[in-house]
Amino acid sequence: MSEHIEPMKKKEISVNDVEFAQIEQNGPKNLFTQMQGFWVTFATMFKKVNTVNYPEVKEPTAERFHGRHQLNRYDDGLEKCIGCELCAWACPADAIFVEGAANTDEHRMSPGERYGRVYQINYLRCIFCGLCIEACPTRALTMTNEYELADETRAKLIFEKDDLLAPLRAGMLMPPHPMYPNTTDTNYYKNEIKSSHPSQEVSN
Amino acid sequence: MTPDTDVIVEQITLVIDGFEVTVPKGTLVIRAAEKLGIQIPRFCDHPLLDPVGACRQCLVDIEINGRAFPKPQASCTIPVEPGMIVKTQLTSPVADKAQKGVMELLLANHPLDCPVCDKGGECPLQNQAMSNGNPEMRLDGVKRTFEKPVAISSSVLLDRERCVLCARCTRFSDQIASDPFITLNERGALQQVGIYEEDPFKSYFSGNTVQICPVGALTGTSYRFRARPFDLVSTPSACEHCASGCDLRTDVRRGKTLRRLAGDDAEVNEEWNCDKGRWAFKYVTATDRLTVPQVRNENGELVTASWPEAIAAAAAGLSRGAAVLVGGRATYEDAYGYSKFARVALGTNDIDFRSRTSSDEEREFLAARVVNSTTTYRDIDKADQVLLVGFEPEEESPIVFLRINKQFKKRALKVTSIGSKESIAVEKLSANFVCVQPGQEAAAVATQELTAKSVILVGERAAESAGLLSATAALADRTGAKLAWIPRRAGERGALAAGAIGNLLPGGRPVADAAARVDIASLWNVDSLPSEIGRSADQIVSDINSGKISALLVGGVDPLDGPNPDATVAALEKAFVVSLEIANSEVTKYADVILPVAAITEKSGSFLNWEGRARAFETAVDSLNRSDLRILSMIADELGHSISLGTVANAAKEIASIGNWDGATISTPNVSAASAHSVSGDQAVLTSWRRLLDLGTLQKGEENLAGTARRTVAVISPKRAAALGVVDGQLLKISNSNGWVMLPALVENIHDDAVWAPRNSAGSQLLANLGVAHNSVVTVVKA
Repeated sequence: MSEHIEPMKKKEISVNDVEFAQIEQNGPKNLFTQMQGFWVTFATMFKKVNTVNYPEVKEPTAERFHGRHQLNRYDDGLEKCIGCELCAWACPADAIFVEGAANTDEHRMSPGERYGRVYQINYLRCIFCGLCIEACPTRALTMTNEYELADETRAKLIFEKDDLLAPLRAGMLMPPHPMYPNTTDTNYYKNEIKSSHPSQEVSN
Repeated sequence: MTPDTDVIVEQITLVIDGFEVTVPKGTLVIRAAEKLGIQIPRFCDHPLLDPVGACRQCLVDIEINGRAFPKPQASCTIPVEPGMIVKTQLTSPVADKAQKGVMELLLANHPLDCPVCDKGGECPLQNQAMSNGNPEMRLDGVKRTFEKPVAISSSVLLDRERCVLCARCTRFSDQIASDPFITLNERGALQQVGIYEEDPFKSYFSGNTVQICPVGALTGTSYRFRARPFDLVSTPSACEHCASGCDLRTDVRRGKTLRRLAGDDAEVNEEWNCDKGRWAFKYVTATDRLTVPQVRNENGELVTASWPEAIAAAAAGLSRGAAVLVGGRATYEDAYGYSKFARVALGTNDIDFRSRTSSDEEREFLAARVVNSTTTYRDIDKADQVLLVGFEPEEESPIVFLRINKQFKKRALKVTSIGSKESIAVEKLSANFVCVQPGQEAAAVATQELTAKSVILVGERAAESAGLLSATAALADRTGAKLAWIPRRAGERGALAAGAIGNLLPGGRPVADAAARVDIASLWNVDSLPSEIGRSADQIVSDINSGKISALLVGGVDPLDGPNPDATVAALEKAFVVSLEIANSEVTKYADVILPVAAITEKSGSFLNWEGRARAFETAVDSLNRSDLRILSMIADELGHSISLGTVANAAKEIASIGNWDGATISTPNVSAASAHSVSGDQAVLTSWRRLLDLGTLQKGEENLAGTARRTVAVISPKRAAALGVVDGQLLKISNSNGWVMLPALVENIHDDAVWAPRNSAGSQLLANLGVAHNSVVTVVKA
């Protein structure tokens, strides 16, 4: 006799080879047993409600919830992004597209030499893992707590730079404008610029 | 270094990290380690540059016959010796510590700006700091800073604080290009790469320094901040600019070519290329590309048409008897398509790829001496003398210049140049300059003494002087020297081999030979081929103007390149013109049917360089545009004479099946030289050549590159300058009956009867302005 058992070939298995289990079909329970079930429902009506009436009512998220990204600004309004593409490099879902460009004295978007001319995040691909945030060398990219990102078309879910940039707060000026007088990008990086200088309004 | 097979080199055995390795004598330790697969970190070391030991990163422990060096030694400067025992960072803790120490010192002043540095991601410093550096930095002082970036030329930027002083760029410029415009200034901690204030880095080879810089200190202006290495899709390609045939790498991001790098081909361009090959690629996107076919309607207006309409219109027009002009820029396969189309679909041999000044003498010379020529770069390496005839290597085929220069630097190769104006290349090569009146080169060629090891390099401009090509061929026959013809455009040698010329069929078969015609007719599956030798480009133009030809198929030709632009334009106006073009041009202005074709980056194919070596390239950018031969196939089908060349691969296969011609070839022409011009007073004989960087169509849209072009000047001899009372920089007016150009004068070594001006540079488009460019009497006066 051969020692190993030949595996059964696929076509040799048929429906009839499978054992059927009998399912018991009992009749309706008596009234008391049925009322027992409804009691659970009834009692819950008087308990504290765990859900909220979304979207009329919204609960705050956890403080470090990974929501929509934001491209931050320095306190005088210049962008922090330097277009280095490290976020795109770190992204495991290939959701980020960046194209850098050179700052000029007439057209300055960020301190230093380089800024992100094109910045796109594709929220159809993004998995909100936050690796891009870790990769960003200037803290230009952070995440907000905003989670309402649903939309009707695919195109709308590719967020452009304009959609991602942080709003201008008090003291900020819309770039392009020159850097704060007598400072370098290092001063900016060290967060020593606290607001825009009157002369920075002379922008082209 | 090119291995010379003639010399047997002594072999030496040594031990590296416990492994025995045998290498030729003179090999450097770092290279012997590479042979074992042991990577010693390095920055300054480059296999094609002289060793310098500048960066000290490659320190290893070395022991010879039991005696150890007291300290680790730089393995990039020490040649191997018998009994040598080398311990690299892998086996010697001392070497490892020394390397880490050097790395720490290199990083002490190197900024941590990798995120904004173009080199980030492909940076030897970044990589080797990871593989052979300390993870922690012990220094925390303020790093050295410089003003940045400094534009050392319009196309190269320098960030001095990133420099690790490896001297690769300065050594390249000095040793390879002989353009020592950059150097290491200052000493000690202040040492930095710099240029002499008044002389920017105007080298034709400056882009190579950007490529070999091991850090991001030198960057190209056009590529700065455009992409990261991981964004790019690289395609191996061949350069479409000149006949040198450089291997290139094309880097594309989202359908847009962002940069091109020199490829590595030891037989051809080694690891270098010229700035034109590197940076002139924007013409594809800078000009308004043609995307849809256009047909001229009854009112004489060009209107958009569908492909079937346009193909039908083209076929109807061409069926009335047409000639073919295909420029020297077509790929080998496309030229073959035009060649087959002319013979099979149009039934004519009236085809010419020479969209420039040419002669019948040249056509015979090409058929007799060039189409089967086997001279290669290797012959230059071995030559005892190089003779340049009507050829300006640096301007017209820069890699040939680098090759000659390499041998000149290595063993003082003797170079002789026959011409009318001493050029910068002639000066750099310390060449023996034989100065003749323009047009009288033939007499000087006849008196040259060469040997069988010599190489004669003759340029396309030789066709402009009657008898010169005959004299050159006679010289080669008399001395046994190797002869090579070096055209300026990449496609000319391929077009010649493909038979895109009136007297040859593909594979160098003479049209006049019945057996050759039968050969090709059976391959092409046709009963017979036209037997009459075809017209040359000049004849085609004049026969259109005299009404003998009624239609013209044109692919990639600029009428302003020809000897008589007015006649060419008149012919274009008169004939029914079908133009295959990538963008609007002088030809499409007059065309009756315009068919858009793919640019070089959008198709595959190959070029034959001046050696006849195939330089294949792949499609780098996806597009809907089709190669010329696909469109020619469609027209041929419409004409009822199918050429069945649907794809480039088909054409390549068919070309491969042709084989060489072993029958009789056309005999070498024997044309006698014209007598010298007699010039008097303000008269002078004009001579010129095209500069590498000029107003060429393929250099459009690249201002940074154009900024490094040489100054436009009119060169006259000291004697003429004295007679005219002109000094350097004063304006000269060169005129003839067709027009004039006004240029600043430069007094240099030029024949007293001659005046030189660039042929197609800003302010000096000789063919457009004067209608002539060489060997013609003009008037030179002080403006």
